[in-house]
Amino acid sequence: MKSVLGDKRAIALLLGPALLVYTAVMLIPMLWSLGYTFFTGNVLKGFTFVGLSNFERLFTDPNVGPAIIFTLKYALIVTIGQIVLGYLMALLYQFFLKGSSSFIRTLVFFPVVLPTVAVSLLFQKLFEYAPQNGLVNSVLNLMGIGSIDWLGDPKYAFVVLAIMDIWRAMGFYGVLLFTGFLDIPDDVMEAARLDGASGWKLVRHVVFPLSLPVLISSAIFSINGTLKVFDSVYALTGGGPGSATTPLTLLMYRKAFAGGNYGYGSTIALLLTIMCLVVTVVIYRTNSSNSKEEAS
Amino acid sequence: MSTITATSSSTGTPIRQRRSTPLRRRLARIPMYVVVAIVLVIFVYPLIWLLLGSLKTQDEFLNNPTWALPENWLNFSNYVTAWSSVSKYLLNSVLTVIPSLLIALLIGTAAGFALEVMIFRGRRQILLLFLVGIMIPGQMILLPLFTVYFTAGLSSSLWPLIITYTATALPLTVFMMATYFHAIPREIFEASTLDGAGIIRSFFSVALPMMRNAIFTIALVQFFFLWNDLLIALTFTTDDSLRTIQVGLLNFTGRFGVVDYGPTFAAICINVIIILVLYMFLNQRVVKGLTAGAVKG
Repeated sequence: MKSVLGDKRAIALLLGPALLVYTAVMLIPMLWSLGYTFFTGNVLKGFTFVGLSNFERLFTDPNVGPAIIFTLKYALIVTIGQIVLGYLMALLYQFFLKGSSSFIRTLVFFPVVLPTVAVSLLFQKLFEYAPQNGLVNSVLNLMGIGSIDWLGDPKYAFVVLAIMDIWRAMGFYGVLLFTGFLDIPDDVMEAARLDGASGWKLVRHVVFPLSLPVLISSAIFSINGTLKVFDSVYALTGGGPGSATTPLTLLMYRKAFAGGNYGYGSTIALLLTIMCLVVTVVIYRTNSSNSKEEAS
Repeated sequence: MSTITATSSSTGTPIRQRRSTPLRRRLARIPMYVVVAIVLVIFVYPLIWLLLGSLKTQDEFLNNPTWALPENWLNFSNYVTAWSSVSKYLLNSVLTVIPSLLIALLIGTAAGFALEVMIFRGRRQILLLFLVGIMIPGQMILLPLFTVYFTAGLSSSLWPLIITYTATALPLTVFMMATYFHAIPREIFEASTLDGAGIIRSFFSVALPMMRNAIFTIALVQFFFLWNDLLIALTFTTDDSLRTIQVGLLNFTGRFGVVDYGPTFAAICINVIIILVLYMFLNQRVVKGLTAGAVKG
């Protein structure tokens, strides 16, 4: 019996192609990219070994600090927005709309599958200031508020970016957290109701603690995505005005391609990868120590 | 839109109970209905505004209020203008996404099968190795790949996109397929080999048909990832004739955006409508597939 499922030739045939492609196109380039961090130059100019100077530059480059701060600020605010609004949507589905939530759930989910480029261009038009007011400014004018140069002002550009990425993803977290509610045993809810818990009390003391694991994994998923934000920034603001909305991903892209320095670009990419790993591990650790305390 | 309403969830309280709710409690629900209405407006109106805009003339954009309805509902001239450049971008997207998707599904499913059904040392470690690919930002692999494609002279073809898409679709495909195979007892595949067929035959004649649904769900999820990709397409398309729909659309609005509203709206609309049609028919599966991918990834 064991020989059939342990057939070496069959394993090689089944696993081989995927492993080969994955190794050649993803694993080796990852390691190669690590190697680039000790070089400067690009494919046209050729590469020269520079030792650790890319890492030194990382600490002295005046663009890096703001990019790190922007990445973290964006990730934190958008993650909180996505999770909090997603959770409110999930509560709405579960406790208010109940059986008839399917339609709204499906509708609010739709932006999740829309191309980021299409959504970004739509938001550019929605928040347009010049040459003509978009929908948002027109509504503001109607209420007697003057037009705002949304994408021309660093502060507002960030707001539009955050609104857009929360709009795009909250339907996703709504469904994810809503599915989490289905794991809460009915008898627990029933017992809580019999004990007189209802409304916000029920949510705060029963539903919230029980959905904490799903909330944590949603947060990890969200922060991992938002730390890597590229498409929406590139398409909506292009990193501007100036470099006010430039995250590490975009800085890396500019240094590598516009600046023609693959070595320094790879160094920034490495910094980003380390940030993703650290954040994931930190959230994961706090979560597992929490659940251990609950279990004991 | 009717297909969306057709499916309804099974949760909720019995209808009888809801009917007997006293009037006062029903009035108390009104604020929440307002909230629901606002949510609907926030999610639907921007898209309707986009669609209406695509039917307007430049003159209407400049002189009518932005929420005005189009004067001529059959004004498709914007679509004609947009289509002449968007169509070639669409073709490029199809030519890169579909082959990558098919290859990734085939070899990814095979790998998932090997890692979960077959028994050999190191399969846990290999599965974890594939997981690394889900975690790492795309920026880590772009530069070496660009170097290789450039040196190999592939830069002026669609191959860089096909190859990179295939590889980036693999980690999640392998991982999700492994999870699906995990739920199926090994004995089924063993039994199918008893009549003399090898395990490879059993993979094609038993495992693949059995996993039809799972494969279709993963195909949908990956389709959205690849179709909507900007970073990879932006990096590897050096020539306008190679642009995918997403890169092309950015470029299109760069050229027309500021001066010519109608074609821009129409071009964005084309990009949205393709996804909308898919979503209208397959939304339940899309939602399930995407959320499952998140929980596992």
